[in-house]
Amino acid sequence: MKRLLLVLLTLLLPVSAFGLEKEVAPIDAAGRSDKEASLPEYFVPPPPFSEGIYPCSQCHEGMPVNPKRRVLKDFHTDIELKNHAEDQRWCLDCHNANNRDVLRLVSGKVIRFEESYYLCGQCHGTIFRDWKAGVHGKRTGEWNGKKVYRLCVHCHNPHQPRFKPLEPKPPPVKPSHIK
Amino acid sequence: MSEQSGRAKRARGLSRRRFLKGAASGVAALAIPVQAADAMTWEAFFQRHFREMNDAEKSDVVARLEKEYAEKYGVSFNISTHEALPGVKFGYGLDLSRCIGCRRCVYACVGENNQSRDPQIHWISVLRFRKGDKWVNDLENSEKYYNPETVPEPGYFYMPVQCQQCENPPCVKACPTQATWKDEDDGIVVIDYNWCIGCRYCMAACPYGARHFNWTRPGIPKEELNPNTHYLGNRPRYVGVVEKCTFCIQRTRNDPGRYPACVEICPVGARKFGNLLDPNSEIRYCIEKKRVFRLKEDLNTQPKFFYFFAT
Ligand code: HEC
Ligand code: HEC
Ligand code: HEC
Ligand code: HEC
Repeated sequence: MKRLLLVLLTLLLPVSAFGLEKEVAPIDAAGRSDKEASLPEYFVPPPPFSEGIYPCSQCHEGMPVNPKRRVLKDFHTDIELKNHAEDQRWCLDCHNANNRDVLRLVSGKVIRFEESYYLCGQCHGTIFRDWKAGVHGKRTGEWNGKKVYRLCVHCHNPHQPRFKPLEPKPPPVKPSHIK
Repeated sequence: MSEQSGRAKRARGLSRRRFLKGAASGVAALAIPVQAADAMTWEAFFQRHFREMNDAEKSDVVARLEKEYAEKYGVSFNISTHEALPGVKFGYGLDLSRCIGCRRCVYACVGENNQSRDPQIHWISVLRFRKGDKWVNDLENSEKYYNPETVPEPGYFYMPVQCQQCENPPCVKACPTQATWKDEDDGIVVIDYNWCIGCRYCMAACPYGARHFNWTRPGIPKEELNPNTHYLGNRPRYVGVVEKCTFCIQRTRNDPGRYPACVEICPVGARKFGNLLDPNSEIRYCIEKKRVFRLKEDLNTQPKFFYFFAT
């Protein structure tokens, strides 16, 4: 009882006000903290590709790169950039021109689709920080053991990232309807 | 077994028999179901308080209950009696800036925790509020029957409420038989359904409406029963006992232990769970970095359930 009070008190103290705010080093699935591993990997389920689309190289291998902003007519006609600063950006800011099977960071570094959180993290830094701590998005598995993250793109379509509304599950039965 | 005796000491003067004797000496004797007084009922009636039992007694009780449940439900149950893990105090966080009121948590909880489908018992209620309304102190006037095509609805926000796992739980104080108590270590408020006499004082005492009563025998389709249970958690309940959220004790009180079912199902990732004593847990991160509050804080219940705003 006393112990908890103490804990809660310390927790609720505005730590930052004393300049003591400490980065909580997120732990990846292998138990390494952010600071130990150069590019930590977070354990995630496979990326949510549409069936048959990956590897992209099955079509893009040898296909000329067309960096021009345009309405796609021959393929990917369902892809439209929306609510995602589309005026400032086009496909090849995220997708890698010469090897379509990987993504591309602003630095020129390429990353696998399994690590697309680094792509999003370039612009959504605070969200990325929360995500690593398991607070934005979610982790499943063991609260004191192995955890599985979700990629940003499991919840946000990268091309139209606004979270899609869902159908709610049924409301509870009203007391007046209980037999 | 010093741990055991320590626990027993904390459970001061536990005796349902003594209570019954004191409260109504004559009636107590009549309350024994004489007609059905086979060995099993007899043992059940004179079962010791959970916190006074040693390991051998616990395994006897578990064996008896597993047999009883197998006969009653035609399903073979596994009943754990795991104690709190050392160095663990559970805390829960719920991000109100993300929750969309989809109620997936409600039904994941029902399934995981063997809640009665008919009559319906829900341990989680999702309350809807109009943005800008005064609300935290006005839970009773919220809407919980909203049913639009899709959620979230513009202009509203949602607040799921379940047992707040108070450090200072009024329900525990109200219980005349000590059938409900707070574990001094991990802090989960639990109920022993074999000691609950169904007086419902705890329900009246709970400011969060988190406790629910079994007016009839719980109705659950056999194929939907979850056979992985904890004695103090999701094992099947009897008619006339009270039940509530236990932070999924059957999942969480393990090493390694799983996240609660509501945390795992949440499609927006609004639900956070972890060890308050571990500075690297997500719950500590929320408390240290986000705006948090607890429900009806002025009642000094000291919930370990923290609502927060990530944005
Ligand atoms: C903000 C960065 C970004 C931009 C801009 C972007 N994409 Fe993507 N795209 C991604 C990411 C990340 C994925 C991976 C999604 C996944 O893991 O399933 C993806 C997936 C895809 C896929 C596979 C989709 C599927 O159905 O599985 C295609 C095709 C694609 N993008 C084409 C495009 C085209 C064409 C454009 C331009 C009109 C574009 N992308 C613009 C980030 C971007
Ligand atoms: C079935 C063949 C096919 C597959 C598989 C495919 N693409 Fe394409 N992709 C095309 C075609 C054809 C175009 C040109 C469309 C147009 O110009 O209208 C194109 C265009 C693009 C473009 C626009 C830039 C450019 O070079 O024209 C991007 C970006 C792109 N694809 C990304 C991807 C990614 C990422 C994947 C894998 C996730 C993928 N594609 C898989 C056929 C494919
Ligand atoms: C190059 C910078 C950049 C990258 C990379 C980027 N975003 Fe964004 N994102 C933005 C900007 C700018 C906005 C605000 C857009 C607006 O409001 O019009 C935004 C908005 C969003 C929103 C809010 C959308 C809404 O309608 O509320 C989400 C969600 C989001 N991004 C997710 C992602 C994900 C997931 C990725 C990785 C696949 C990603 N972003 C990559 C710049 C970026
Ligand atoms: C479990 C699902 C989930 C995952 C995983 C997830 N998000 Fe979100 N995100 C949400 C929800 C729900 C919202 C709130 C609804 C909205 O505003 O669209 C949100 C909101 C956002 C916003 C809008 C700004 C805000 O704070 O509301 C951005 C930007 C964003 N997410 C980026 C990301 C990035 C980047 C990642 C990966 C590092 C990520 N998300 C992972 C569910 C998720």
